[in-house]
Amino acid sequence: MTLTAVPPREKLVEMYGTMVKIRLFEEKVFELYAQNLVPGTIHLYTGQEAVAVGVCSALRRDDYITSTHRGHGHCIAKGADVKRVMAEILGKRTGYCKGKGGSMHIADFSVGMLGATAVVGAGIPIAAGAGLSIKLRKTDQVVACFFGDGASNQGTFHEGINMAAIWSLPVIFVCENNLYAMGTRQSMVMRVESVAERASAYGIPGVVADGNDVLAVYDATLKAAERARKGEGPTLIECKTYRHRGHSRVDPAKYRPKEEVEAWLARDPIKRFREKLLELNVLTEVEIQQIDREVAAEIEEAVQYAMESPYPAPEEALEDVYA
Amino acid sequence: MRKITYREALREALREEMRRDPAVFLLGEDIGRYWGGAFKVTEGLAEEFGDERVRDTPISESAIIGVAVGAAITGMRPVAEIMFGDLTALAMDQIANQAAKLRYMFGGQAKVPLVIRTPFGGGVNIAAHHSQCLEAWFMHVPGLYVAVPSTPYDAKGLLKTAIRGNNPVIFCEHKLLYPIEGEVPEEEYTVPFGVADIKREGEDVTVVATLYMVHRALRAAEVLAKEKGISVEVVDPRTLTPLDKKAIINSVKKTGRLVVVSEDCKTAGVTAEIAAMVAEEAIDYLDAPIKRVAEPDTPIPFSPPLERRVIPDEKAIIRAVEEVV
Repeated sequence: MTLTAVPPREKLVEMYGTMVKIRLFEEKVFELYAQNLVPGTIHLYTGQEAVAVGVCSALRRDDYITSTHRGHGHCIAKGADVKRVMAEILGKRTGYCKGKGGSMHIADFSVGMLGATAVVGAGIPIAAGAGLSIKLRKTDQVVACFFGDGASNQGTFHEGINMAAIWSLPVIFVCENNLYAMGTRQSMVMRVESVAERASAYGIPGVVADGNDVLAVYDATLKAAERARKGEGPTLIECKTYRHRGHSRVDPAKYRPKEEVEAWLARDPIKRFREKLLELNVLTEVEIQQIDREVAAEIEEAVQYAMESPYPAPEEALEDVYA
Repeated sequence: MRKITYREALREALREEMRRDPAVFLLGEDIGRYWGGAFKVTEGLAEEFGDERVRDTPISESAIIGVAVGAAITGMRPVAEIMFGDLTALAMDQIANQAAKLRYMFGGQAKVPLVIRTPFGGGVNIAAHHSQCLEAWFMHVPGLYVAVPSTPYDAKGLLKTAIRGNNPVIFCEHKLLYPIEGEVPEEEYTVPFGVADIKREGEDVTVVATLYMVHRALRAAEVLAKEKGISVEVVDPRTLTPLDKKAIINSVKKTGRLVVVSEDCKTAGVTAEIAAMVAEEAIDYLDAPIKRVAEPDTPIPFSPPLERRVIPDEKAIIRAVEEVV
């Protein structure tokens, strides 16, 4: 593919580090879950790191994102502190939501992460609303709205994208198509090959990006963001990707053919980016190992912080209902 | 004091708040310069504030509220209009799961200063999809406030409070109230949430009523006073969430008798909540069983005699009062 611009070295290194951070974070969450230390359920982002990192690397800190039930990666990519993300997942008072949200509802407004909603597709009109707010306040921020292939069959997809389109709102709709809505294969519930085709119904650009290639996602997002900042309206970017694990913690994902899983694992976005960085002489093997070690230490620190943090007091359940 | 209609009072509140705060904007179906709102509440506002701040939307109730939520959590103060209260059903996820819960789920990080104006109520023969009173749906969702103004004065004052607040408010209007006139001062005022208003003082029976039922209760009280010598106190909570329990209980302490009137179906409705609250917190002050005047558990029918059968009228209120004295 041709990139509009290869990001500077510093940026590439940061992108790689963030992808590894998400991967190791999720593997650690899975490990803690296996030890029965994570209440409730988890939806791991493993395998989709190139999407969150590609998108968020093309955004500014004051830009917004909205997220989904599979949202840990979005938080980390937008710059949230892994310590507080982990603490929230463990239900601790030091978590971003003081233990009230958990894995499916993490938000960090300080970095423009407007929160994860666990109702599939519900974030789409909310993202459009943040876009309307930007337009009315006359700033040049943009909003990136993450959702899955499953969400594109919700009415909110139609209503929200249409509204953003007619009002030329600065929103980037990012469909992470990992081929399955829980266990339902895309082809069972959609006649079109790609979600991006649906963009034509709203008169906006629909772009398909290789969701396992962080630079492709980054590039598509940069273009969409530039368009949005100029007041030219939203773009729908469909990132074709794959989740390495099941839908949630109870799912062994037996509905996926073995060959399909193997083919996608071979296209692991982190492995591919690592190869790319070596090829471009951005990093050496030694430097890569050094980054991996540093990130692993940061995750260990986050786990320790979360484990040592106190649970909220029961009475705190009654707080934060009203402002 | 000057008199204006309920509709004009609402419009004044919107106009004054939009002049006061540039973060306030309106969105909804046909609220702009071409129609001015199905009930003409927003008429003339697009001319003053422009189409950006008085925003006509597609027929997409879920996105109207979703967009309003997204704007609210990023610094704006949207006032969304849902053309008929019944149509809030189309936006229920955005209202009940998003607007109401974001603040809580995110541990207090979000503020959702959002007002959803919508007309409820029957009496105009438009049948089951345009006539319901659904306040109780929203009372059942923690995180929402529910305002139920019955007079032009309350409508203006409560709407200003709703717009200035930092929480999502379901602002329930009533179709039959729009043309009603009442005294509204020229000078600035607001009406606080959670403060009931005694619409008529009395000694023998407390009647709690909201929206259009306040007016029916007042007419019933007039008849009862003249014809039966029964003194009725009419208490209008003005907001159902928060509910001014103290005012209701204080009135019950004085009268010892309670009739609760509401234009919604009886099961799990507004009257059920208020009756249960008094039974739980003030039963010792009651000298008679609590009576509820509400709709039977049916959809709202179309034909005038059918609709009259289900919506509580003065006679039903009079009957209930006579049963408890």
